Amino acid sequence: MESTENTEQISIVMAGHVDHGKSTVIGRLLSDIGALPQGKLEQVKEMCRRNAKPFEYAFLLDALKDEQSQGITIDAARCFFRTERRRYIMIDAPGHIEFLKNMITGAARAEAALLVIDAREGIRENTKRHGYMLSMLGLRQLAVLVNKMDLADYGRNVFGRITEEYTEFLGRLGIEPVSFIPVSGMEGVNISEKSKLTPWYDGPTVLQQIEAFQHKPPSQVIPFRLPVQDVYKFTEQGDDRRIVAGTIETGTVQVGDRVVFQPSGKSSAIRSVEYFNGAAKSRAAAGEAAGFTLDTQVYIKPGEWMVRQDDPAMKTGTRLRTNLFWMGRDPMIRDKTYKLKLGALRSPVKLVEVLSVLDATELATVSGKQQLDRHDVAEVILETPKPVAFDVLGEIEQTSRLVVVDNYEISGAGIILAAAEAADSVLQEHIRAREIAWKNSAIPLAERNAAYGHGAKFVVFTSEIPELGEAVARALERRLFALNFKAYFLGIDNVAMGLDADLRVGNDYRDDHIRRLGELARIFTDSGQIFITSLANVDEYDINALKLLNTPHEILTVQVGESRFAGFTPDVTIEADGDLGRGVEKACALLKQKQVIQDYSI
Amino acid sequence: MTNLDKLEANSVHILREAYREFKSLVMLWSIGKDSTVLLWLARKAFFGHVPFPLMHIDTHYKIPEMIEYRDRVALEWGLDLIVGENRKALDERHTFPDGQATRVECCRSLKSEALKHTLSGEWPRRRMDHKVGRLEAEERREAFTGVIVGARADEEGSRSKERYFSARDRQNEWDVGDQPPELWRQYKTDFAPGTHVRIHPLLDWTELNIWEYIERERIPIIPLYFDRGDGRRYRSLGCYPCTSPVVSEAKSVTDIVEELRAGKFRDIAERSGREQDKEDGGLETLRRGGYM
Ligand SMILES: Nc1nc2c(ncn2[C@@H]2O[C@H](COP(=O)(O)OP(=O)(O)OP(=O)(O)O)[C@@H](O)[C@H]2O)c(=O)[nH]1
Ligand SMILES: [Mg+2]
Repeated sequence: MESTENTEQISIVMAGHVDHGKSTVIGRLLSDIGALPQGKLEQVKEMCRRNAKPFEYAFLLDALKDEQSQGITIDAARCFFRTERRRYIMIDAPGHIEFLKNMITGAARAEAALLVIDAREGIRENTKRHGYMLSMLGLRQLAVLVNKMDLADYGRNVFGRITEEYTEFLGRLGIEPVSFIPVSGMEGVNISEKSKLTPWYDGPTVLQQIEAFQHKPPSQVIPFRLPVQDVYKFTEQGDDRRIVAGTIETGTVQVGDRVVFQPSGKSSAIRSVEYFNGAAKSRAAAGEAAGFTLDTQVYIKPGEWMVRQDDPAMKTGTRLRTNLFWMGRDPMIRDKTYKLKLGALRSPVKLVEVLSVLDATELATVSGKQQLDRHDVAEVILETPKPVAFDVLGEIEQTSRLVVVDNYEISGAGIILAAAEAADSVLQEHIRAREIAWKNSAIPLAERNAAYGHGAKFVVFTSEIPELGEAVARALERRLFALNFKAYFLGIDNVAMGLDADLRVGNDYRDDHIRRLGELARIFTDSGQIFITSLANVDEYDINALKLLNTPHEILTVQVGESRFAGFTPDVTIEADGDLGRGVEKACALLKQKQVIQDYSI
Repeated sequence: MTNLDKLEANSVHILREAYREFKSLVMLWSIGKDSTVLLWLARKAFFGHVPFPLMHIDTHYKIPEMIEYRDRVALEWGLDLIVGENRKALDERHTFPDGQATRVECCRSLKSEALKHTLSGEWPRRRMDHKVGRLEAEERREAFTGVIVGARADEEGSRSKERYFSARDRQNEWDVGDQPPELWRQYKTDFAPGTHVRIHPLLDWTELNIWEYIERERIPIIPLYFDRGDGRRYRSLGCYPCTSPVVSEAKSVTDIVEELRAGKFRDIAERSGREQDKEDGGLETLRRGGYM
């Protein structure tokens, strides 16, 4: 009897130019080996007869009405079948350029590929583009089917020419195809049985080839990498576990192992491996959707990576040299904020430089482009506002991959090549340009300070309990106002809903809101005021950004309550006991100490 | 890792991703084997908890045992169960076969329409009150924009082209040609306000995988799937006028697994007992209009 636990399953994608016969070959294969559900073939034939359409094997896969009426595959279909040896998922990708992202979705799920070339048409644009996409997706097992051999009289020369030409192309991508097979999907030649029509061919049939593809279990020797997808604490039914959850990308980890979170640098050790309804485990490995409890209470956010302390660490940085494929309808341009997804991390990201653009069909470099158009492949430099952790191509494939979201859509897919040189950040460049262009007021700040009876300052309250930080900040505003001082409180929501109303609200745009707030601080402090704000959960990068933006004026930070995430030292810390009066006293003491206000004024 | 381990891990990953990204999330529970496996996977993902409500659309043509089973499991596992229906269509007998609707029309109104308006909170719904142990009318009905569904790619042609995260526009329409790319465990989880999203964690599972997993995990499953003496069992559960039992003597999960692997159902599609699929356009038409 077949046992579940040993039943191997492999996913194979069909790729190639439009109309070269991908769906036909799969349909034929399924039908030849008797893998279609009973009655399916008759049902499709009957449907064709009713609609006075010639029968196509492709209709077995192209299930949508639009697909059948246009005779084209629109979206990759998955079909399931099995042989004596193992189970298969065949993914029938579309060949039309319009549906390239559907092809990518299909190919990304596969472990091996069959690339189909029409013997009469030969190598076409998407024959090459698909080859490039497969190599970019990391697929290395590839067999080429030279189809419609019936239209080329089963000629050996046609087959030889295509084999030679395409082998050369793949070679430049670093792919060595496992075989070239002359076939006819329509006539069923060399699909499941070797045909007499190609006596000169002595390689495998399509069926033999797919049976020969190797199904590789995820490697377990490489360093351990877990993208932290979430941190759970379900208190229901007295559950007090704090579980770090995520799907392990590579490597293994065991109870007792020391682990480090990147990029925060916090560390702890694995206390337990959590698993519902199964035997207790002490170890977890690549591919598992795992959960862990830790020895110590460390506060980490989803998006960090958990790595073993003894393994090589990931790189961290804000600049990533990346090989990026763009599939968005709008081009990717500079000075626009996109969203980066890297492991479980989501971060704002900007395109800072286009190094070169590659023509994926000719593998030639196009120079001088400053943006990425749809279907461009380019080497670019991306920049995040805060350091992120990553691996690079050539070291660990799985953790060097990223996608870029533009206007809600996954529009770019990339592979990180290296950490790029730390040049001036986009922000630093901006500040420099801004300050050079700044028109100073006719009234020097010192004169304003003297007239107002106090200095100008940007005061940032931060707290993990947003209401609390804001309450103290507002109380300070009220107190300073009572003293006749020019003080003004502005919350980040006012920026988000006002100045930033053209941006979307939400965490993705938080960095943009912070930037606007910093620009406002620059203006307010320049006008001699004490400008107060309150932010939840800021970290050292936010504070640095605000500091930079407020240049040449100064910033003071007031922490309310404990801070679990922040990596900076606030100028003063206020207890989170809700005693506003005492909070305000402490803040005023700081202002005095920094000579913003005079001692006698209070 | 075995094949089932991999399927499980992938589904769990998708469930966690959905929970992380969607504020108003709900899981559809049809009481059948697929959505019960889905429910089990949620408990896997969240370590014994199910941190979102489950929604059941009651067509009132369900086999009565299904309703009993639903309420019992909901109480036992502490599930936050929400039940909705199309009261108007039922009252006006816009139904099949005892009313004046075709099979497809009946499906559309009792399932698709009921689901749409129950999700949006427009129509009345009942929610399990665990203190009193029964369903009570729900006063404040939030609208759900993320819906977890147990569709499988092997069920039927149009389902084989689904994404794990699949957007429907305001009209609940599905644009098959323009679906988001999914690669490297990255899914489309960003949506314009007002978008409805369906999440399909079971897409890669086959009917056989489902039963193998039920067997491995010992998931309590409704006994309608088994032959209880008359040589017939349900292979797929729907409404009784449109779903007929199949001839089979499979009396246990192990029997069913055997029957699907090597026995009589090896090559026969699961939904062959569902009549509404056979009408013109069938499931693709229903699905474009919001059928799950
Ligand atoms: N003569 C001949 N025609 C074939 C053969 N294989 C496919 N065709 C025809 O080529 C046309 C396209 O075949 P499909 O299988 O739909 O092509 P495809 O590669 O799946 O196309 P897309 O999915 O749209 O990219 C159909 O009309 C087929 O009948 C073959 O071996 N010989
Ligand atoms: Mg096709």
